[in-house]
Amino acid sequence: MGLGKSFQMAISSIINNKVRSLLTMLGIIIGIAAVIILISVMNGLTSEVSKVFSEFGTTSLNTNIRSRPNVEVTPEELYEFADEHPDLYSGVTPNISLSGEFKTPDAGDDTVSVSAKGVSEDYYDIQKLELCFGRFITYQDCENKSNVAVIGSFQALYYFGSCEAALDQTVRLNGKPYKVIGVLEEEEDSTESSSDNAMYIPYTTMMKATSTGTVSSYIVNAKSDEVVYDAKSALEAYLLEAVGDDDYYTVTSFQSIIDSMLEMMDKMEMVLVAIAAISLLVGGIGIMNIMLVSVSERTREIGIRKSLGAKHKHIMMQFVMESGVVSCIGGIIGIIIGVIFSLLAGSALQMSVSPSVGAIALAFGVSVGIGVVFGFLPARKAAKLNPIDALRND
Amino acid sequence: MSHLVELTDIYKIYKMGDTEVHALDGISLTIDKGEFVAIVGSSGSGKSTCMNIIGCLDVPTKGSYKLNGKEISNYTPDELADVRNKMLGFIFQQYNLIPKLTVLENVQLPLLYGGVPEKEQRERAMVALGRVGLGDKAKNLPTQLSGGQQQRVSIARALAGDPSVILADEPTGALDSKTGKDVMKFLQTLHREGNTIILITHDNSIAARASRVVRVTDGRIVYDGPVSGDKLVAEQSAAGRDEEDE
Repeated sequence: MGLGKSFQMAISSIINNKVRSLLTMLGIIIGIAAVIILISVMNGLTSEVSKVFSEFGTTSLNTNIRSRPNVEVTPEELYEFADEHPDLYSGVTPNISLSGEFKTPDAGDDTVSVSAKGVSEDYYDIQKLELCFGRFITYQDCENKSNVAVIGSFQALYYFGSCEAALDQTVRLNGKPYKVIGVLEEEEDSTESSSDNAMYIPYTTMMKATSTGTVSSYIVNAKSDEVVYDAKSALEAYLLEAVGDDDYYTVTSFQSIIDSMLEMMDKMEMVLVAIAAISLLVGGIGIMNIMLVSVSERTREIGIRKSLGAKHKHIMMQFVMESGVVSCIGGIIGIIIGVIFSLLAGSALQMSVSPSVGAIALAFGVSVGIGVVFGFLPARKAAKLNPIDALRND
Repeated sequence: MSHLVELTDIYKIYKMGDTEVHALDGISLTIDKGEFVAIVGSSGSGKSTCMNIIGCLDVPTKGSYKLNGKEISNYTPDELADVRNKMLGFIFQQYNLIPKLTVLENVQLPLLYGGVPEKEQRERAMVALGRVGLGDKAKNLPTQLSGGQQQRVSIARALAGDPSVILADEPTGALDSKTGKDVMKFLQTLHREGNTIILITHDNSIAARASRVVRVTDGRIVYDGPVSGDKLVAEQSAAGRDEEDE
């Protein structure tokens, strides 16, 4: 008697007891669906989080240095440090922010608030900006403290009607005039509250405009994701030596924030899946319970089969196969429900939730395993029945 | 030459609390190929235990049982299952058909457990059903048949495996006298065809159909010989013949 025949027998037995089989499966269905939904949603959440954070630049090391009497780290010194370690760093830019009123010379009172940034030429590559017209700030602009500006698509559209028209025009920040040398590509929807409301000027120009002598904020860019931790510790070591006290500077890496966040989410996922797995255990016990009832009910059938020559393995196979198939069908229904609800959850939460093939395969394997393991005991009880006692049973 | 069935000094002892019950108390019996033997006895006489041991459904406490020359009293449950499958065909009082399987599937069962290929199972089961005249009921469920038909299905099932011995345990017990007689006639036909049949019954008139009677009382054989030698059966035998003559 082969597996195929046992499978056929199991299927017809399940069909003969539709309602009972369905109820038996329920625990497995709920358990598997819960596991799939949880894994999918957590995976979606994880990729969403890492996507959001990587927009900040995973290789960026945001460096803040508080001014301390008689101690100064100049941009030149930091450039030099980065140049000495080409394997660790691929750029340094001052990152000075200045909130101000932006307008054009003939716009009258029609101003917008902008958070302007004073940066160097490296900023363009570090932040992966894209221009639609013109050029970005150059080394020469910084050296010459030129009054030039790169503006966002919001300003260009708002004051000039198109990105192209803004080029070479004059704009004002807090009253001071700047010549537009470049316009950035639209990133969002070119509204005032979007990231398209932007303005970049050379950091030297900004220092002059605000009458500050030192730069306190930098972005140092690590060469790659792989070296970001090495780059961070090397930079910290350099700053400790230069500044002398680690209370006066901070180096923040987005990568380390993402990593610890992802680690936390992994742990959370494990806890949630473990909780869902409890319902699988309960489902397995339910299968065992029903199989024990089924064995008692079919004692006579087992006796007949044994009297006709069924061996221990035949009876074992019949019942293990039956519980395995019940659990397996439950698993498949659970997977379908799980996938559907994952996709629904994904569209409700507006993120991409795709149940992983691995999770589905695992869920299927687990459900078959549960059927076989929890069917084993009842099957053994059936197989061990004494044929005459079984035949006498009514 | 060895006998087909050879029981030597068989004991079956059950412990009931402190007392021992001797269901079989030293039975010795030989049956040869082609015989039609009735084991007769009242309820509690030990005839059913005797049939269970001959049928390899139970093992003796003590004694030797040779089937076709092989000592099987120390076989494991799986080995006994194999013996039942290959050498024995059962006909039970309650037919013992599996209700959710079709007639054909029921008859196929011994072949299924004997490892016969699926196609051959069907062919041989159909032949067996044809022999009991139920070839057209193959797709029916047992519950759709009459009692007599169900018993014929169980005879077909017993025949399908081509056994050395057919064991019939009160085969007419659940049937009315007319269908009971038909079943007995069929067993006689099988006997004439050369099959070895062991019939277990408490009914003397049924035992009269056999060619040899073994009477069991209190776990011992009290008579073993031709039908004519057993007073109770012989009377019924004469009555039965009278009836048939009418």
